[in-house]
Amino acid sequence: MHRTGELYGQFETLEQQKDSATLGMWIFLVTEVLFFGGLFLTYTVNRHLYFTAFGVGGNMLDLKLGATNTVVLIASSFTMAMSVWAAQTDRKKLLPLFLTLTLILGCVFLGIKYVEYKQKFDHHLVPGHSFDLTYRINHPTPGDSPKELEGERKEIEDAIQTEAAGTPQERLVALNAHTQLYFSLYFGMTGLHALHMIIGAGLLIWVIRESLKGRFTAAYNTPIEIVGLYWHFVDIVWIYLFALLYLINRHAV
Amino acid sequence: MSTASTANVGPALKMPEKHYLNATYGIRSWLLTTDHKRIALLYLVSVTFFFFIGGFFAMMIRLHLLTPSGYLLTADTYNRMFTMHGVAMIFFFLIPSIPAILGNFLIPLMVGAKDLAFPKVNLLSWYIYIVGGCFTLYSMVTGGLDTGWTFYTPLSTVYSNSAVAPAVVGIFITGFSSILTGLNFLVTVHTMRAPGMTWFRLPLFVWAHYATSVVMILGTPVIAITLGLAAMERVFGLGFFNPAMGGDPILFQHLFWFYSHPAVYIMILPAMGVISELIPTFARKKLFGYHFVAAASLAIAVIGFLVWTHHMFLTGQSTYAAIAFSFLTFLVAIPSAVKTFNWTATLFGGSISFDTPMLYAFGFLGLFLIGGLTGLFLGCLGVDMHVHDTYFVVAHFHYIMVGGAVMGYLGGLHFWWPKITGRMYPEWLARIAALILFVGFNLTFFPQFVLGYLGMPRRYHVYPPEFQVYNVMSTAGASILAVGYLLPMIYLTWAAFYGKVAGNNPWPATGLEWTTASPPPTENFAATPVVTWEAYDFHNRPDLGLDVPAGHPGIVPAHGDD
Amino acid sequence: MSEHVVSPKIYVVILLALLLGTYLTVSAALRDFGPWNIVIALTIATTKALLVVLFFMHAKYSPKRTQLVVMCAVFWLALLLFMTMSDYVSRVDYRGVRYPVSQNFFLTHSPHS
Repeated sequence: MHRTGELYGQFETLEQQKDSATLGMWIFLVTEVLFFGGLFLTYTVNRHLYFTAFGVGGNMLDLKLGATNTVVLIASSFTMAMSVWAAQTDRKKLLPLFLTLTLILGCVFLGIKYVEYKQKFDHHLVPGHSFDLTYRINHPTPGDSPKELEGERKEIEDAIQTEAAGTPQERLVALNAHTQLYFSLYFGMTGLHALHMIIGAGLLIWVIRESLKGRFTAAYNTPIEIVGLYWHFVDIVWIYLFALLYLINRHAV
Repeated sequence: MSTASTANVGPALKMPEKHYLNATYGIRSWLLTTDHKRIALLYLVSVTFFFFIGGFFAMMIRLHLLTPSGYLLTADTYNRMFTMHGVAMIFFFLIPSIPAILGNFLIPLMVGAKDLAFPKVNLLSWYIYIVGGCFTLYSMVTGGLDTGWTFYTPLSTVYSNSAVAPAVVGIFITGFSSILTGLNFLVTVHTMRAPGMTWFRLPLFVWAHYATSVVMILGTPVIAITLGLAAMERVFGLGFFNPAMGGDPILFQHLFWFYSHPAVYIMILPAMGVISELIPTFARKKLFGYHFVAAASLAIAVIGFLVWTHHMFLTGQSTYAAIAFSFLTFLVAIPSAVKTFNWTATLFGGSISFDTPMLYAFGFLGLFLIGGLTGLFLGCLGVDMHVHDTYFVVAHFHYIMVGGAVMGYLGGLHFWWPKITGRMYPEWLARIAALILFVGFNLTFFPQFVLGYLGMPRRYHVYPPEFQVYNVMSTAGASILAVGYLLPMIYLTWAAFYGKVAGNNPWPATGLEWTTASPPPTENFAATPVVTWEAYDFHNRPDLGLDVPAGHPGIVPAHGDD
Repeated sequence: MSEHVVSPKIYVVILLALLLGTYLTVSAALRDFGPWNIVIALTIATTKALLVVLFFMHAKYSPKRTQLVVMCAVFWLALLLFMTMSDYVSRVDYRGVRYPVSQNFFLTHSPHS
């Protein structure tokens, strides 16, 4: 295993090595764009087909937590950019600090995600046999605000009318199935995103350890830069996920 | 024109003392190698293994189809045979073959580098391929798959009783092998070219692999997420592709074909790259229209992403959408035609020799032409209405994939065998094998055009009795084809140990890889090469020892030298 | 290739712009702009993404090759989305009903009829 900062055998110069590493990471991010892109297509098609159900599902997400997560991730992108700056300007003390802040913010994001997921689990909104979009209104807990529940009930009733004709019971079954599609996408997309964040956290732990050993200088800071590229990409995916999952039909409520 | 081999081999030449094969010994030095040349050989062994698997299933199909009422296999088993033939051949043989074997071996040599940009990632690619292969093998031995290699839903996600999930996971994993190889190639070509090796001095093999890598990078992630969704749907009962839950099977088809159409360009572009190397070498003439061929490779890669819906003409598309995609399908044929014209024009006025690689190149030219043209027939909406899902389609893609890609693969393997092993294969036996393969191939697949046109559907285990004569011809051809495949496997292996020593440049050819020893040393070149000549320039290469008179009508003078 | 060091001042400006964008997109979502809601949301999201790519990821200061790579990613994603949707929006089934037929699935396949 080569120590960071040394020239690997297949390269002629350090500049070629850095050039290759950066280009390699950018190309990898292209593959990630297309990877998430398949999910974005599935989302687009299903939203086009079942707009109302998607609105119902979207309104069941906690906007405050989602917006907080967006702010957290944007801040972590800022601290990541600052760590690249610290590395480039030989600020050996600030570098691990900014990296650690980035990691902490990332963990905050994951923590909030966990809270959201748990909420969904409690409300029977995890796709599967027990998926039931009416569970929450039929089984209110003391913590739920009556106004919110009433709003949700009305929204579901309005949505049922937009489903294809049949008895109200059949339409509810259809709405349930279509809302389940929304939540499959919700868990699929945010879950894949969270997986990428966990990998990003792992990468951050690695560079923090290396930076504490003083290995990164103005002359050599490629790992910081490419971890930064990866982290910013994960932020960009969330920016779109927030807009597409949380902000569908908010004004209706 | 001479029929004797012009290769310069023989007892006067000696193998180099130290080269990449004997640099280190032991199984660990192979399984933990980061040398692109050794990794190429690791791929050679594993890809050949999957070729045998796919070939076994092909044999079962052809044996079963000898009789109209199917005495050999049940309908269910027959479904598993053609599915696993497709899966093994496409994902584990055709897609890796030329890039992972010849591309891995040659690209650093051709650009003048010591290795690829990311050698450890290269080794990881191979391991990922093996892991994905293991999952798929597991699926094959626990009952197999019966959904067709296209995994259409909801059969694959809901109703099939076969081992879909492990196979789909296996292909998902192997996709990352493809992605990492493509990434490695792209970065290598961008950043690791030797001094003087400008973009337009690169061999067209490199351009072809660059274009292939672009397709791998942009397309493979989409099949990955598609199969991931299909696996999730099968295991957790989600509803994206299931109409009973509000989902849409057409969505699966769109996602699937968005990759799987460009995938066919992943399979053919490298073969075209090989042909671009073979024809100038064995016509002793600069390739006609280098820039056009390079541009055509990129054009195929890009336009290839615009046509996927032509696999879905019969799914209820609106006429307007179908017309648009049919038009785009015609468009994608143009760069391929440009290349074919340029290869043919290169032959004109050249000094042609009929060594085995050139025989494969000729085979490619004729068979790819037929395969490509029949693709245009299929792109015609009216014709497709009748021949979709018939043997016409099967014949079309086998002409391209076997008549095209496999010919390119075998031609390349023969051409570069002396470089890879330091020894030459037996020429006359190889020519006979090439001929056997050509005859066997045409006997197998030409009758299938007729069958398809007459209406025999694909993926059916029975057929009307009047089609039997064509099916018997096809099976007879397949047995001859099998011999054509086995012979090279045997004599190439033999030649690797006992063939005549080949020397640096037996043909001779103009690429940078031929300036170093055969087999090359681990670091590829004794000193970093400096390139001062254009690609395929026989005229300005005194080191090749060719007797090239100035102003010879068959050879185009180099730039600035009239 | 010389490295371009971006000043923290620029990073702070971009951070504030991104936070502003977040505030704008949430408040726009809470109002009814009809079909324009999605347009506004995606425009703001794309602007934010652009700021991250150009400044945080240094794409503005990177060689042309990097910018080409980014544009290819965006272009191919757009290809995937637009060409597939072009098929969906142009489909009409034989009953003259909007695709997909499964929207009417529960009508014709109800367990009760």
